[in-house]
Amino acid sequence: MIKALSDYLVFTVFGQSQNSALGKSVEFFIDDSIKILLLLLIITHLMSLVRYYLPIEKIRDFLTSKKFYGLDYFLASLFGALTPFCSCSSIPLFIGFLEAKIPLGVTFAFLITSPLINEVALALFVGLFGWKVTIVYAVSGIAIGMIGGYILGKLNLDKYVEEFIWQIKANNNSLQTKKLPPKQVLAIVSKEALNITKQIIPYLLAGIALGALIHGYVPQGFFEKYITKENLFAVPLAVIIGIPLYSNASGVIPIIQALVAKGIPLGTALAFMMATVGLSLPEALILKKVMKWPLLAAFFGVVGLGIIILGYLFNIILS
Amino acid sequence: MIIKILGLGCPNCQKLEANAKKAVLDLGLAAKVEKVTDFAKIAQYGAMAMPALVIDEQLKIAGRIPDVEEIKKLLKND
Repeated sequence: MIKALSDYLVFTVFGQSQNSALGKSVEFFIDDSIKILLLLLIITHLMSLVRYYLPIEKIRDFLTSKKFYGLDYFLASLFGALTPFCSCSSIPLFIGFLEAKIPLGVTFAFLITSPLINEVALALFVGLFGWKVTIVYAVSGIAIGMIGGYILGKLNLDKYVEEFIWQIKANNNSLQTKKLPPKQVLAIVSKEALNITKQIIPYLLAGIALGALIHGYVPQGFFEKYITKENLFAVPLAVIIGIPLYSNASGVIPIIQALVAKGIPLGTALAFMMATVGLSLPEALILKKVMKWPLLAAFFGVVGLGIIILGYLFNIILS
Repeated sequence: MIIKILGLGCPNCQKLEANAKKAVLDLGLAAKVEKVTDFAKIAQYGAMAMPALVIDEQLKIAGRIPDVEEIKKLLKND
């Protein structure tokens, strides 16, 4: 239906030819923007509702409530997927978990998954790649947080956390929430969802516009000459290039989708995307305030390696 | 009454600060609105998602920006 509407707008109202590069670009832009905005509104509402009843402070209390025998890595990673990522929250999160005596590895499980999977990324994946790729991506994102956290936990890196972190004592640990009538909760949740959507719209539209230009102007199979699945260096190279670059999921996913449509292997493209949103220099600089170099290096090393392995796996599974 | 805005200076924290100041002004309260940007101090309140709102040393809201009306309600209840 959305496709029909954007087709009508572009080809009938604006009088663009179906085959011109501009016509194709504009059609992609309108089609994708509407589709993704609708999905985004639905998914941000759902996730905001979950978060209202399950704020991160409660998740922390739950994780400290009993012994999980390893299941806590999975839970932390899953909860990381539920929370939106803001680099300004990563330090309070890190300290809050450690202060509550949650093991360093479990804390990392959360910290790794949080930027990789969130409502914005999911809405974009469903809209641009469909359900199958979305599910594969979400499952592997949670797996990488879980396994990465477990490995980092086993490396005994506690001594590389800045000492002052261990001295911090929270004096009142519980968030005081009052019970509100459902109607009021819904109003708060809706406002929050609209806020998130509003904040990312500029990045989202810029990303979709760039993606649409690639769709319209770059010839079919253009990248196949340069990057093939058989080229074993492509995945590590994509990850190494992706780490210093910083983008949130909303800007980079539409571009990735366009590149895949023009012949870049899906696994290689997803590895690049995960490195861009999951690991970044600004993030490293922020985390340097609470971590010493060996810990920071281990964090980036383990996650980077995990993404490379996933890239190869995606290239095998999703083709 | 002391109102504290916890955050590392991102745009969301500034929006929360503005809302809190407006709420205080609207209610005509003699309350101080302070910013807390030191993350060791932020951690002491048990807040883990930014921005967060603390009223008289009690963490009220974390990880979202309440609007002026919601802050007014919180202030009136105290």
